[in-house]
Formats: sequence, structure tokens, C-alpha cells
Amino acid sequence: MYAQMVETGVAKVRDAHEMSPDEQAFQARVDADIKIEPKDEMPDAYRRTLIRQIQQHAHSEIVGMLPEGNWITRAPTLKRKAILMAKVQDEAGHGLYLYSAAETLGVSRDQLIADLHAGKVKYSSIFNYPTLSWADIGAIGWLVDGAAIMNQIPLCRCSYGPYARAMIRICKEESFHQRQGFDIMLTLCRGTPAQKAMAQDALNRWWWPSLMMFGPPDAESVHSAQSARWKIKLLSNDELRQRFVDQTVPQADYLGIAMPDPQLKWNETSGHYDIGPIDWDEFHNVLKGNGPCNRDRMRTRVKAWEDGAWVRDAAVAYAEKQARKAA
Amino acid sequence: MIEWPLWEVFIRSQHGLAHKHVGSLHAPDAEMAIKNARDVYTRRNEGVSIWVVRSADVHASAPSERGPLFEPANDKVYRHPTFFPMPEEVKHL
Repeated sequence: MYAQMVETGVAKVRDAHEMSPDEQAFQARVDADIKIEPKDEMPDAYRRTLIRQIQQHAHSEIVGMLPEGNWITRAPTLKRKAILMAKVQDEAGHGLYLYSAAETLGVSRDQLIADLHAGKVKYSSIFNYPTLSWADIGAIGWLVDGAAIMNQIPLCRCSYGPYARAMIRICKEESFHQRQGFDIMLTLCRGTPAQKAMAQDALNRWWWPSLMMFGPPDAESVHSAQSARWKIKLLSNDELRQRFVDQTVPQADYLGIAMPDPQLKWNETSGHYDIGPIDWDEFHNVLKGNGPCNRDRMRTRVKAWEDGAWVRDAAVAYAEKQARKAA
Repeated sequence: MIEWPLWEVFIRSQHGLAHKHVGSLHAPDAEMAIKNARDVYTRRNEGVSIWVVRSADVHASAPSERGPLFEPANDKVYRHPTFFPMPEEVKHL
């Protein structure tokens, strides 16, 4: 998802008798659905895992502005342009809510950003794909934001208070994103044959990367099991992916475009859609930095940060001068 | 480079409710903190008034002292109206 394959630093999930009394007390609070708040005692591994997860999530919101920002100057109408700007501004806001949540765990935002720029932490694989046509903006809102909502709604109930509260704010705003995306797709699909072909092409390119967003099957993963125990991962990757497929296929049918998956079919017995195999080599390759846009995204981020340095410095200088005058 | 200080943001929504904590943000001074709070926390008419407070100026009770701190209220159930059973026939109480 926006945070994929988050390391917990544990080798195995420990049973109650292997935990210290403090850890047992902590786990009991989590089990009783009592929210953990910033100043509460928490195991180091819980704190470190949350920092990793929340910052990956925050970075994804911020880097996620780049593929869409690419189309602001070329949106087809003034209305679409204003809507896209509002959407991209929301993403910046989502990044800020999440950086704030991470900071309650004792890290500084500047350090988190420095870690991103140094390539020490990841952001979602999905943002390393290019936006080649206007239809991609529709596909991103419809599919990528749709997948994000699927993941984020359960996180509104996660064990860490500030993260859960950030998620509630984000989810409220996210459904505007998904609807504006579907609205773009609908307009294209009701347009000329060329416009409809554009929508189909965008679906072809974004469908599989959207499914990869949920991460590899986590049945075997000790990290997923530990995160589930801590209630910072509420549903498995495959469960979320299946829900997403089940809700999205009928939407594509309505649009009159088809998923690029010849093996996709309704399974009467399970009551779900079956899908063809996902190319996990591609996923791992993108995570390793070899997606179509990894280097470009990082270059753009670092440049924006460096180009903005004088503004940040000037604001500090001004605040200091005003404080001196007032003194 | 100096990191901008952290501010806690409180918003009052419509209808005369109290300011409520909504989150935090970084800003070089109070004026910028209010402008940033408007952009980050009130993009959908969530508020009619904003307070910002330097996070460093917030003093909080310690979670480890939660027990003794709130203990005085625990044995005073008579502070709740439901403590007093009322006869069915008596109205408006």
C-alpha cells in the first residue's frame, strides 16, 4: 500500500510468556482496543515500526503529488485544472498530517525528509510509473486513490491515536479524489472512440501496478503478523486486494472498458473475482529503484527542497527580526 | 539550517463550539502558523477561528500518573444524576 513491506525488526512474533511484564501490559492495552498515545510507554520495536510505516505513508503522499502535478498545466479545461490543483493540495495536506503523526514518536520532520532524499526510506511503488496522458489522471484517482481508501479505512481503527486520527481526516478527503478520477474516466468513456481508447490505455497501464500497491501475499511474513498483533495492520494484503478487485471490476464494466487480465472471472463458489498472476518481479524491481520514474521522482523532490531553501531561511530570518523588534 | 518550530493547532467550528485540537504543523512564527493552519486544516470550511500554540509551551499530565491524578473522581458516583433513583410517577426530574 502506501506503506509496503514495513519491517518490524522482529524475527518472530512472541507469545505472552516470552514478553517482559511491560510488553505484556502494552499488548493487553492494544488487545483491549485502548489507543496508545504519544507519551504512553511503548516497546521500542512498536515505536520504530510505526515511524517507518507512517513516514513511508507520508512520503507517498508527497511524492504522489509529482505524477499528477505533471498534468496541472495541461488539464483540458479550467474546471479540471482547478479540481486537480485542489486534489494535489490535499495530497500535500495528507503528507503534513502524517509527518505530524510521526513526529509525536520523537523524530523530526526535517530528518524524515532527509532520509527520503538520501534514499534510506521508501514510498509507494505506484508513484514510480509515468502519467503519459490525461486519462492517467482519471485512472490514478479512480484506481490508486480507490486502493488507498481500501487500505486507509481500516487504519482509522489502528492502535496508535495520532495515526488513527490522521487517517480519519485523510479518508474524509480521499473520496473526493476517487470520484474526481472516476468522473474523468466516465467523461472519456462517453466521448469519442479515441477518448475511450485513451481511457482503456490508462486502465491497461495502471491496473496491475494498482494491485501491486497492496504488497505481496503476507501469509508468510513475520512482519505482517507482528504488525497485526500491534493493530497497526488490520487486514491482510490479499484481503484488501480482493475487496478492491471485487468493487472495481463492476465499475470498469459500467465504463465499458476491460481489465488487462484474460484470466479475470467471477467465481460463483467463492463469491469473488479470480485474477491472473501478479508479476511480483516487477514490483520488487520497482521497489529496488528500477521503476520507470524512480530517479526522476527523487531528483524532482530534492530539487524542490533545495530550491525552497532560501524561502525557509528568509522566513526564519524575518521571524527573528520581528521577535527582536518586539523585545 | 534551523528547523521551524512546531505549533499545535486548535480550530473552532461553526455553531459556537469550543476550539478543538486538530493537529500540528511547523512555521517560523505565529502569523505563518495561522496561515499554514488555514491551508492544512480548513480547506473545507472546517472552522471560523484558529488558535496556534507553540508545542513547547504545552504542559501535559503524565500518563504514568493517570491513576492517582484522576482517582479523586472514582469514588464519587453521586456526582452523576443516575445515582439517585427516582420514582416512576415523578416527572420532570
